[in-house]
Amino acid sequence: MNRRLNPSLIVGGFIVGLIVLIALLSFIWTPYDATLVDSSIRLAKPSWSHWFGTDKFGRDILSQLMVGARTTLFVGLVAVGVAAVIGVPVGILAAMTPRWPSEVIMRSNDLLLAFPALLLAIMFGAVFGASTLTAMIAIGIATVPSFARVIRSGALQVMRTEYVLAARAAGRRPVPIAVRHVLPNVVSLITVQASVSFAIAVLAEAALSFLGYGTAPPTPSWGRMLQESQEFLFSAPRLAVFPGLAIAVAVLGFNLLGDGLRDRFDPRLEDRR
Amino acid sequence: MSDVLTVQGLTVSVRDVALVSDVELTVGPGERVGLIGESGSGKSLTALSVLGLLPEDVLAAGSVRLSGVDHELIGADERRMSRVRGRHLAMVFQEPMTALNPTMRVGDQVAEAMLIHRTRSSRRAARIAAAELLELVQLPGVMRTYPHQLSGGQRQRVVLALALANDPALLICDEPTTALDVTVQAMVLDLIMRGVAARESALLFITHDLAVVATVCQRVLVMYGGRVVESGPVTEVFTRPRHRYTEGLIAASDLESADSGPADVGLATSAPRRLPTIPGNVPPAGQFPDGCVFRNRCAHATETCATLPPWTGTPTQGFACHHPAGASDA
Repeated sequence: MNRRLNPSLIVGGFIVGLIVLIALLSFIWTPYDATLVDSSIRLAKPSWSHWFGTDKFGRDILSQLMVGARTTLFVGLVAVGVAAVIGVPVGILAAMTPRWPSEVIMRSNDLLLAFPALLLAIMFGAVFGASTLTAMIAIGIATVPSFARVIRSGALQVMRTEYVLAARAAGRRPVPIAVRHVLPNVVSLITVQASVSFAIAVLAEAALSFLGYGTAPPTPSWGRMLQESQEFLFSAPRLAVFPGLAIAVAVLGFNLLGDGLRDRFDPRLEDRR
Repeated sequence: MSDVLTVQGLTVSVRDVALVSDVELTVGPGERVGLIGESGSGKSLTALSVLGLLPEDVLAAGSVRLSGVDHELIGADERRMSRVRGRHLAMVFQEPMTALNPTMRVGDQVAEAMLIHRTRSSRRAARIAAAELLELVQLPGVMRTYPHQLSGGQRQRVVLALALANDPALLICDEPTTALDVTVQAMVLDLIMRGVAARESALLFITHDLAVVATVCQRVLVMYGGRVVESGPVTEVFTRPRHRYTEGLIAASDLESADSGPADVGLATSAPRRLPTIPGNVPPAGQFPDGCVFRNRCAHATETCATLPPWTGTPTQGFACHHPAGASDA
């Protein structure tokens, strides 16, 4: 089978690409203004004018989903960015330092790993005020340990290669070795970890918005749409179904993309197919 | 004439197990010295301790001095060592397939070797010099290729160009041709010889291939069990080995058929002959016998071998054996 274009990569890439396109499209066009309140069409059923119906304020669901995709991607980008910017250097540092400092880094890493991500985000929300940005930064910080762990194991392998030994034998100092030799050789790991973390971040933002610690109204967010649908769960279940589906598809897309990228890059899978 | 490299009383150990004991080694300016021995005899560890690149829990003691460097290399901090490595002292490793960074262009890697030590004034000058170096190892036009596009022999030549980039006073080669085809091997050896000759660099050549030592080196040290058991000029040691281990090693390597060298090893007959082997195996580290490290595999061992044999001869030529070959006790 062609490892370059495996099914996970194609399907995952397609879904993620679609979400990105929809988010971009929402900047220039949505069927209706996503925040436009129209009490005359409250809780309208899906129709030709409102494909997915309207919510309790008469806002168009489809438009909200489209704008919500922006929030989702924004959340993912910032959370993954924070996680990578902290996690990658920590992982490489842990791999390059001698035994004791390395143990200290990794054990404190485990401590953070054991701390529930949502709890951390809620604490952040309580202290710094609930907003999309605080939620994302908190989720990012909570994802640092898994990043650090994966990057450390990859960096350890790179540190054992002869080209790192050769670089040291050529008089290279540790920091340039980290930047020029270790980092470029763990890039594939970073890519894979980023797409998996992206899915986690999307899910976490939805959960936080649902709990009221995430995106503040009126900015549309898939998680908050779910929360607002609660009271109509029996009378108008579609209000929960559409954002729920959107979240599920997005998470699936990022997970598939992560899997696909791993299959594409992981040399250990070379001969298995 | 002061030596380029002076190693005195070098001992390398992990926890309490000595892997290398009391190694004395000198390399003169422009001299080509071989270090031979079986796997696990401590050859590579000796080289790595000279560079200060031993693994974390492996400790070196003793003295390593390099001409042009005003401090002791054993125990020097990383900052000082990194100024020595690649500048005064360069190394070619065994495995060419992994010795280059797969994500960097070959030319950049060679140019970088010079930029680290600022031996070229600018990136541009370094790139020009890198192209010249690569041409010197007969690899014109590879500046922009990545390592995976090159064969093992080509990569090893890149590694050589990299090591010679700053005209080091001493080049250490650790089994540089072991992983290569025989035909490629000859070419790489030739390039190494020409490279060090052009720079008047000294060469410390580590190998287990006696034929290679015979072609490349002027002087040779034989290591076994972490100790230097014999040393001397190549012709002397290979034609008249004194230590019983050297004797066994030479008998086992069939040098005369490759080299039409000495014919008095005693086993050469008309039929395809079996190569004599040294009985037993190299013991694992830390389990060598007391006294003479070779005595549990030596046919000539006696009670006296339980004491450490003293060094007989001069520092540059001699042996450590109670019952040397070619003496009257046999």
